[in-house]
Amino acid sequence: MQQIVKVSGLSKQFGSFTAVDQLSFSVEEGDVYGFLGQNGAGKSTTIRMLLSLITPTEGNMELFGLPLQSHRKEILQQIGAVIEKPDVYKYLSAYENLKLFARLSGIKPTRTVLMNQLELVGLADRAHDIVKTFSQGMKQRLGIGIALVHNPQLIVLDEPTNGLDPQGIADIRNLILFLSREQKKTVIVSSHLLNEIEQIATRILIIDKGKKLVEGTASTLINAEQAILEMEVSNKESANRILASSEWSNQLLPEREGKLLVKIKRSDIPAFNRMLASNGVDIYSLASRNNLEDYFLQVTAGKQYVGTFTN
Amino acid sequence: MWEHLQIELYKVFKRPRTYLSFAAITALIGVIQLGLWVDGKEYADFVMADFASSFSVDGKILNGYFICYVILQLLLVHVPLLIALIAADMISGEANMGTLRLLMTKPQSRTSIVLAKFLASSIYTVLLLIWIAIMGLFLSMLIFGTDDLFLMKSSYVVIVKESDVFWRYAGAFCFAALAMITVAALGFLLSFFAENSIGPIVATMSVIIVSTILSTMNIPLFNLIKPYLFTTHMITWKEFFDFKVNDANEAIIGSIQNPQKIVQSASILFIHIVLFVGTAIALFRKKDILS
Repeated sequence: MQQIVKVSGLSKQFGSFTAVDQLSFSVEEGDVYGFLGQNGAGKSTTIRMLLSLITPTEGNMELFGLPLQSHRKEILQQIGAVIEKPDVYKYLSAYENLKLFARLSGIKPTRTVLMNQLELVGLADRAHDIVKTFSQGMKQRLGIGIALVHNPQLIVLDEPTNGLDPQGIADIRNLILFLSREQKKTVIVSSHLLNEIEQIATRILIIDKGKKLVEGTASTLINAEQAILEMEVSNKESANRILASSEWSNQLLPEREGKLLVKIKRSDIPAFNRMLASNGVDIYSLASRNNLEDYFLQVTAGKQYVGTFTN
Repeated sequence: MWEHLQIELYKVFKRPRTYLSFAAITALIGVIQLGLWVDGKEYADFVMADFASSFSVDGKILNGYFICYVILQLLLVHVPLLIALIAADMISGEANMGTLRLLMTKPQSRTSIVLAKFLASSIYTVLLLIWIAIMGLFLSMLIFGTDDLFLMKSSYVVIVKESDVFWRYAGAFCFAALAMITVAALGFLLSFFAENSIGPIVATMSVIIVSTILSTMNIPLFNLIKPYLFTTHMITWKEFFDFKVNDANEAIIGSIQNPQKIVQSASILFIHIVLFVGTAIALFRKKDILS
């Protein structure tokens, strides 16, 4: 697989504030690369640096094997992007916006090509209406249409589901999957909707305060064999004492919201439950979690877990 | 670059705001022409009051050329605001709309983006001046007819022969276009410092007003900086209406009394344009797009 994006030691400082700190990652051809982080984690700054909107303070970025700084124009010809809100010229129609940005991308598409593009994002019947009359979802779809009009190899979507209703979110998800599977595009997508990323991403990067916490395939990060067991018990001290002397002693995690957490094999859960009950610990609730959202919250709340999950 | 300029012009002339300036010019000139058409004789008598005892004027003082001169004097004070409406919005307006970041992800060099935007605002400025010429000169010639141009200067009177006037207007409008492009360049530069249009528009007008005050006040301290202020040179278009005289004190047709002053002022305005646009390019090449 060709490496489409290679970032090493990337940093950005705004005055004394470090927005991105020595970040390194790579994206391979065909990846749907999920970019995760809390608000202010540095996702948008990193994406803007990849698109040369922001100049890095330090570090190197190579896209399609070329250094971004010296090959900006050639690289941007192969990228389509939607950054945060899909803002376009509100006084122009969808068709005019698409045509204008296609020309700025270096192509002169025919009317048929433009209409096909609008068809792809479901706006063909509103092609000649001015954008001012569009809903947020329609603007988002137009933004994606603009990002795709010059048939780029890499698509960068920064929070593409912002402000969309559930149907709009599902449409974007399906479109990303279509682009990845049918058109073999490489997609970098950042979102705070972790379950959305979980459904589409082949690889995931989690950052916090500008630093990389973890990078890996979705299946590595969300190990179906492993679970985080969240328990509410009658006596935490007693439960902790019992666990400390059990075979799961080194898998006890820091408490969250007053609940005990243990990393455990799914197949061990019944035995684990029986052990606590037989030692006089009443269990009020027991929840097995292994989705990305839980993983993300634990990784960003207690960075000491990272090593455990990335091995 | 040409492709990008076409796109910028397309955007400028697709915006309803652009036509506000043309409508404002039409309304202003129309009002002046209507007023002079209705009460022009009283106005001419008022203007001539100081000279009535020493001059007997044959012909028509209130002709199209005279009306255009009056209009130019009045409008060149207000036109900078109309130019700032577009030029000072070129970058800040895009930042405000959020389109700047999308624009900057396209494979265009930043220098080319700045130059295309500046050229588009310059073309808009020239078109606005052409519209003023059509409304102020040609329409006035049509309504009021033509005759010799009678101008009252501070300490003397200038009478420009009818056959010698038109080219002077052509020169004056070209010079005015250069002066207004300087205003556009200033507004354009200031638009890099804000993410809304109002700030740069107000800032442009403030700079022009302050500089004009400094240019007109006769104070030794200000006199030192006057030659370097672009506002000092913006009114040099009037030099096209001062001609040389021969030994018999007759006007030399086709002459300009002080052509060096026109060249010098045009050079200073041009230097200002280069400085403003050069600074804008330098800033934009390093600017982080955070909008």
